[in-house]
This record gives sequence, C-alpha cells and structure tokens, in this order.
Amino acid sequence: MNETDLGLWAVPLAMIGGAIRVSTPFLFVSLGECLTERSGRINLGLEGTLVFGAMSGYAVAYESGSAWIGVLAAALAGMLFGFFHGWVCKLPKVNDIAIGIALMLLGMGLAFFFGKPYVQPQAPDLPAISFGWWSDISQVQAALQVNVLFLIGIALTIAMGWMFRTTRIGLIVRVVGDSTDAARSMGLNPNVVRLLATGAGGALAGVGGAYLSLYYPGSWNEGLSSGQGLMAVALVIFARWSPVNCFWAALLFGGAGALGPALQSVGISSGYYLFYAAPYVLTLGLLIATSSPNRALESAPGELSITK
Amino acid sequence: MNRRTISRRSLLKAGAATGALAAASALPFGAAHAADLTVGFIYVGPKDDFGYNQAHAEGAAAVKKMAGVTVVEEENVPETVAVQKSMESMINFDGASLMFPTSFGYFDPHILAVAPKHPDVRFQHAGGLWSADKHPKNAGSYFGYIGLGQYLNGITAGHATKSKKIGFVAAKPIPQVLMNINSFLLGARAVDPTITCQVIFTGEWSLAVKEAEATNALADQGCDVITCHVDGPKVVVETAAGRGAFVCGYHADQSPLAPANYLTGAEWNWANVYTGMVKTMMSGGTIDNFVRGGLSDDFVKMSPLGPAVSDTARNQFEAAKAEIMKGGFLIIKGPINDNKGNVIAPAGESFAEDDIALESMDYLVEGVIGSTS
Amino acid sequence: MATGASTELRAPEQRGIADIAPRLEPLIIPIGALLGGLLAFSVFLVLLGKSPVDFFGLVYKAGFGTAFSWQNTLSRVAPLLLTALCVALPARLGLVVIGGEGAVVLGGLAAAVVGTALSGAPAAIGIPVMMLAAMLIGGLWIGAVGALRIRRGVNETISSLLMAYIAIALLNHLVEGPFRDPASLNKPSTAPLDPALRVGELPGMDVHWGFVAGIIACIIAWVLIERTTWGFAARIAGGNIRAAQVQGLPVGRLIVCFTAAGGACAGLAGFFEVSAIHGSANGSLVSGYGYTGILIAFLARHNPLAIIPVAILLSGFEASSGLIQRRMDLPDATILVLEGIVFVAILVSETLYGRFRIFTPRAEEQP
Repeated sequence: MNETDLGLWAVPLAMIGGAIRVSTPFLFVSLGECLTERSGRINLGLEGTLVFGAMSGYAVAYESGSAWIGVLAAALAGMLFGFFHGWVCKLPKVNDIAIGIALMLLGMGLAFFFGKPYVQPQAPDLPAISFGWWSDISQVQAALQVNVLFLIGIALTIAMGWMFRTTRIGLIVRVVGDSTDAARSMGLNPNVVRLLATGAGGALAGVGGAYLSLYYPGSWNEGLSSGQGLMAVALVIFARWSPVNCFWAALLFGGAGALGPALQSVGISSGYYLFYAAPYVLTLGLLIATSSPNRALESAPGELSITK
Repeated sequence: MNRRTISRRSLLKAGAATGALAAASALPFGAAHAADLTVGFIYVGPKDDFGYNQAHAEGAAAVKKMAGVTVVEEENVPETVAVQKSMESMINFDGASLMFPTSFGYFDPHILAVAPKHPDVRFQHAGGLWSADKHPKNAGSYFGYIGLGQYLNGITAGHATKSKKIGFVAAKPIPQVLMNINSFLLGARAVDPTITCQVIFTGEWSLAVKEAEATNALADQGCDVITCHVDGPKVVVETAAGRGAFVCGYHADQSPLAPANYLTGAEWNWANVYTGMVKTMMSGGTIDNFVRGGLSDDFVKMSPLGPAVSDTARNQFEAAKAEIMKGGFLIIKGPINDNKGNVIAPAGESFAEDDIALESMDYLVEGVIGSTS
Repeated sequence: MATGASTELRAPEQRGIADIAPRLEPLIIPIGALLGGLLAFSVFLVLLGKSPVDFFGLVYKAGFGTAFSWQNTLSRVAPLLLTALCVALPARLGLVVIGGEGAVVLGGLAAAVVGTALSGAPAAIGIPVMMLAAMLIGGLWIGAVGALRIRRGVNETISSLLMAYIAIALLNHLVEGPFRDPASLNKPSTAPLDPALRVGELPGMDVHWGFVAGIIACIIAWVLIERTTWGFAARIAGGNIRAAQVQGLPVGRLIVCFTAAGGACAGLAGFFEVSAIHGSANGSLVSGYGYTGILIAFLARHNPLAIIPVAILLSGFEASSGLIQRRMDLPDATILVLEGIVFVAILVSETLYGRFRIFTPRAEEQP
C-alpha cells in the first residue's frame, strides 16, 4: 500500500469517496420513496424495510454463498413490506403515517429477531468496480472504488426520470398521485397503482438495506442504520419529487456523513459529535428552507397526505 | 463442609422463587445436598459480536462446563433501570447467587441500588470502580490490564508498517481507551521511534457506519496497520483488510475475519478469571472485592501471530512478552511528553500497569495524532 | 353527537343496548384488535416451534404474577406515561410527533445542569426548579417542531425525529465536553446530584415518584382535552385543520401549545430519569422510552386516561423480556416483534369503526 501524504486535500477526497460510499442506501430508499410518493402515498416505514432488507440480504447471501441472491431476497422482502403497507393504507380511515411508523417498528423487530444468528458470520460482499485505475495515488483509487449498486442506482435514476416524463406508466403514476378522482375518471384504479408503487418502493428500500450489510459497512448488526430511511424520506421532499434531484441530494448526504471522520483525520477533532450530527442538521435545514406553509409545495403530488 | 452451607443458601433462594428451573439438577440423595450454584451473566450487547461481549460470553461458556454450576445469561440489556430488574429477575426467578453484570455503566447506580437489597448475592462488576469506603461489601470489581496487550500489538505493527503510520479507531476518549492508544503507539515506537499513530473517535461504543468511515479515513491518511477499541471490532477489521491494511485485534480473536492481514490481537481471558471466582465461591470462600490482573496474571492473552508477522517481529514480540510476564513492566517511562508538549513523566519516573494514576489518564502521548476533546 | 341527543330524548324505559353500544365501540374494537394482534403473534411463535402458552405464561409471571413482577412492571411505567403524552397531546390536533426521545434527553440534561448549579439548595426549592427546567427545555424542543409545522409547513413527523437525533448528538457533546464532571472519567457524566435533589421511591415500593407524576399528568391532560374549551378547539382542529382555521380557531397557537405541552411531559420524564435513577446526566439517558411511548399513545388511541392501563400492559411485556430470553431461548427482539404486531393490528382496526351494525344506534330509525 503506497499512501501519499495528501495533507488537507484528504478531506475533500474523503468526502467524495464517502459521498459515493455512504449515499447508495440513501439513493435507493429515496428513489423508492419518490415513486411511492408520486403515486400519492407516503411510506414512513422504509427505515424498517431498510433494516429488514439489510438482515435478509445478509442472511440469504450467507446461506446461499452469493451476494446477488441476497440482494434479490432483500428486494423481495422489501416488496412484501411495501405491499403490506399499500394494502393496509387503502382501507378507509387508516392513518398512513402511523402505519408507516408501526411497520418501521415491526420491520426492525423482525430484523433483529431473525438476524441474531447472523451477527457473527461473514457473508460474501458485493463487487465493486475501480474507477480510479488511472491514478497512482491509492487514496484516489480507494475513493473511486464504486460499488455496482451505485451504478445501478444511477441507471435507475435516469430511467425513473425518463419514465415520469415520457412514458405511459409514469403518467399513470402521476395522475393517481395528483388526483384520485381524475385517475378514476380515466378508468384507472388508484388503489392498485398505489399498491404497486409502494411495493416497488419497498423493494428499492430493501436493496438499499442490502447494500449496507453486504458492502458498506459490510456486516450485520443491530446498530446498522441510524435513521437513513427516515432521512431519505425527507430527502424526497427536499428533492421536489424528482429522481435526478434525489440522486444529487443523496450524494450530498453521503458526503455530509463522511465529514466527521475526515475532519478528525486532518486534526480537527473538537466537537466531533456535532460534526456527526451534520447530516441530520442538513436534512432539517433543507426541509425548513424548502417547505412552505401556505401553498402546497409546488410539484407535490396532490394526494400526498403530508402536504394537505 | 462449607459447600453445604452455600447449597442451603441457594436452596432457600430457589425455594422462594416461583418455579425456578435452575434448581432442577439436585443430586438424587436428597434435597439437602448440593443444589447448583446459579451464576448470572448480563451483557450490554449481543454475545457474538466478535468483541467485548463475546469475550465475556466465552468466559461464561467456560463456567457452564463446570460441574454443579448453572449459568443464566441475558444479552442486550441497556444501562438503565432494566438491568436492575434483570438482576433481580435472575435472583428471584432463577435463584442466582453470583452475578456478573459485564458492562461498565451497570455499576453506578444500578448495582449500587440492587446490591444492598440482596446481601446474600455476590455482584462482581467488570470495571474498576469498587472502593471499600463507599460501596457495599457484597459487590466487587474485576478488570484486566489490557494496555500491555496493545503494547504487544504495537510491536507487531511497528514491524509491519511501511508508511510508519499506524491507526486507531476509538470509541470515546476515556482513560481505558487512551491507555490502549498510548500503549499501541509506544509498542510501535519500541521498534522505530519515528512511527506515529492517528486516532479517530467515533463517539459511540458501537456504530458500524462511523467505524467504517473512520477506518477509511485512517487508510486515506496513509495508516497501514489499524487497530481499534470499540465494542465490536468486526467492521473495523474487515474494512481495514479491504483497504489492504494490516490489522491488530482487540477484545477477542478476529483472525477468522481477515486471516492474511491479522497480525495478532489483545484478548481478554475471562474464562480464567470467571472459573477462578466461581471456584472460590463454590468452595465457600469470598471473592476478593478488587480483582485485577494483566498478561502476567493470565487475565489477558494474545492471539496467535498471523502469517504476515516477520521473524524479526516475532522475536521482538516474544522477548517483550517474556519481559511482561515477569511482572512490573513499565509502559509509561520518563522522560515522556504528551502530544501537546506537556511533560507526563520526567526522566526517572515511570508508571507500572497497575498504577492508580493511570486510571485518570487524560492525555495522548507524543506521537499520537489526535486530541481527546 | 346526534346519537347522544336522540338518546336523551327517549324515555328512560326505552333506553337499551342501542344507547350504550356506541360508547362500547371505542373499547371493544381496540381490545379486539389487541387480542387479534396477540393471536397473530401466537401464530408467529407456533411457526417457530415455540409455545405461545409458555410465552404468555412467562409474560404473566414476570410482568404481573408476583409482587416482584409488579414492582418490575410499575418501575418502568413512569417515563412511558410521560413520553406517551408527548405523542398523544399533539395527536389530538392530528399531528404525528415521534421525536419525544429528544425532549427526554435534553430535559434530563437541563435538570442535571440546573441541579448541579443548585447544589446545597434544599429539596423544596431545588426539585421544582429542576422540574421546571426540564419541562421548559423539553417544551421548547417539541414546541419548535410545532412552530415549524405551522410557520413553514414542515412535516412534524420527520422534523421531530431529526431533532431527536440532533438532541442525542447535543447531549453527547455537552456531557463529554462543557458539562462534564471531571471526576467522571470512564463514563462521562454531569456531576452527581446532591442527595437532597434526588427523587425517592414510593413508600414500601421499588417505584419512584415519577409514577405518580405521570398519572397526574395523564389526568391533567385528559381534563385539558375533554373538559376545557381549549381542548375542545384542539379536537375540532384535529378533525380538519383548514376548516378550523376558517372558523377562526387559533390553530397556530393550539399547535404550538400542544406540542410544547407534549414536549414538557417528555422533558419531565428526563428529569425523573436523572433525579430518581441515574443521579446525573450521561449517555444512558438515551434509552428508547420515547419510541415505546409512540406505541402506547396509538394503542390508547391518544386518550390520556387509556394511556395508563396501556403503559402498564406494555411495561409488563417489557418486564418479561429477560425471563423469556432465559427460559425460552428467544432473542430480546421478541418483545419488539410482539409490540410491532399489536401496533399494526390496532392501526388496521381503525377501519372497523362504523362498520359494525351492532354499534350503530337504532336512533337512525327515529323520525
């Protein structure tokens, strides 16, 4: 290992590396929530789905020997959680925010329950592609070590953006999200569309969780997530429900998460707890700055209950 | 024989408790004979975390094998009123008469609240807090001096590092952790006095994402041997090995996680400590209120040296270890300054591993890059 | 409301089951949902090869079966009553605030800091001041969530949870830095409180006075909501905020007041944790009481009086967690799964209101 001494340049480099590494779960969860919210439903239970996806991905990868089968299992589990959320929410008088919280608790409980035997064993990791081969500096190489899921996330972002803009499916989702009545008059069944959208959103959140346990940090334990799922939901609002904005926001949050350790490594170590709180403060600040009390948020789906 | 006295006591307790399954293995000769000694272990995290709790659980496993002893365990018990209730539940329902609450934060106020109410039960706490003038007689402390283990880690690190930079992922800047950081560096400097050690504090005893980020940040700074003091070193070990760095273990043996990169590790040998204490209790004696020991007392052991350790490293390691085994080895030896330029000890002064002054350590020695606040 | 009116119009001899039936609905449905949840959980256990009979037997024994068990259960209830109020009070306005944990830790820290500054003061002065400090800080913290909601339209669920994380980071930073007791080396804490400033236990029991405080708070909250105009206005606003605004109700003030009140309750829980249990503020204040409070509030359908039995029930579950771990070889997360299933069942049962004919009054047949 040949590490050149980068001095203060280590901080922005670490933040770029961190942005790529830490942002992937944010990206997947926020893309999933973006889809769900565009269809007019809010799913706050994604934190539980993320954690359960992390556990199930890890467990299945360990048992089967293949990380990708683990990812698939996590997606499936996430989809089931999403379907359950969607099915329950269409019952009248059910508070979908409360159901989200309940599923968050249930998802975490089930994940911790079934995950006990998997704290110790090592599951296979997801592969990464090195985009830094052109550099001799090993830190650059490490920072540009990009996991395949991140690349899939980029592809999904582009695909989703295009889907919402130009395809029929995207239009259906948007109509259902903006106005239930308009959708019905078009002959669509809003409940089915929302169910499918929530299921797909859950699947993506599950994959985001699998990334945490199968790549970075690459291990399963109960402290794996610290609110990433919740922050991703906030992220979607800040991103104005646009998939491409979700991508940039996820990168921003990933970088903020890497800030604390990077600063310590160059000698700025007082108040490190406050630096570790940076992502939360950032999320809150952006949420405050971009929300408005009177008008419904522009481009917010009309049927979304948080904006009513 | 005293053994009978103890069994009568635990019999009474078992009888008082409703449906205590623990008393089931009475000898066939009659109720007055030896009922099991029930020992309770309480962990603050999962038993198989490849770290702090696993080390204690491995000790508990050794106790389970002892004849005439029943072990009950509870994991993931937080440092709140819940642990008081867990202890009392083990006493009431399982008839436990010896408790090992293994997390530091269990002592004050929790053990101190429960111990006076159960004078027949012995509470041995993992930590160094018991003091004769303040605390109840049926409580006690045990702990190990693992700093010397980190010193030996440092020796292997000093030989393995090419960049002359080693790294330490630490949870919180408390004296025990600072001692480990300082020992790690001083061990490495025994090989090459120009080596520096970078430390990053995660702020939590167990937070996987922060530990991974800290390890990456250390690797980015050029550290090519990394160790840690967090509750579960699994993430640090795997991430460091993933970056191509060598790893020194802590708490328990993490070599299965990274066999090629694992140099050695400082491990607890609680099995030895626990079986000793249980034997004392079963033979009617009273366990000491203040039990401490280091490598030389077999409270701490080193992992087998890994394949990457060179022969020169091995020789220096073995030599140092032999010195330590004689007892009285001095890590903090004057003249030595801290990393802010203050004098810790002038020439001629030194601190032995059991020196009480070390328990208030609040400095990082010269050569450690980082600060305690 | 029409039900009540037409009931009173009928002669006493004509009143029957149809008159009390509607009042039974909010009791029967949640209890039915609770039983349904327990049944679903039992199926879960059976699928895993464990016996539900053993499980609930242990829950009974460890939670409610002996005097010791009752102490165990009740000693956990105090903070939960208060953190549940932190969810239930704003919920009457239709807000879902889940960040009570933040108010607990900062309230506890405030109490500890004030208590340290007041060392030497008599209990009669010191304890109320500490309580006020805790309630003030907790009230400000959650009140800010309410203010953000009404001024900037920020969703309170997300903002309260983010603020909980920020509060925990602040606690850690302050306890390890500016407010640290230099003698607390291995576990950074604020200075230990004077014995005079420590809240003690109820006579003869292992339960501290916070239990009584929590019950009093629940009663006050119930009176506030059900018997004052302020509470009445809140309930209307809870039904439909825009309609309430149109009617001229001071919705903004209501929101901030109720969230602040909830935060004050949670802050008080922090005070008791510091004064009755720990004796100082440190990282152990972060103990998840805020999150269990969410569950209790929803199970009790945000009725402050119902919070009391629900909190006792849930504390019984949590009290049994240790024995279940030891006897049935189930992980500690089992209780979390049980709570999650019951939570979902209660929420799903919301849809059953108004569906059952038996609960709808025959008053509709009246001319």
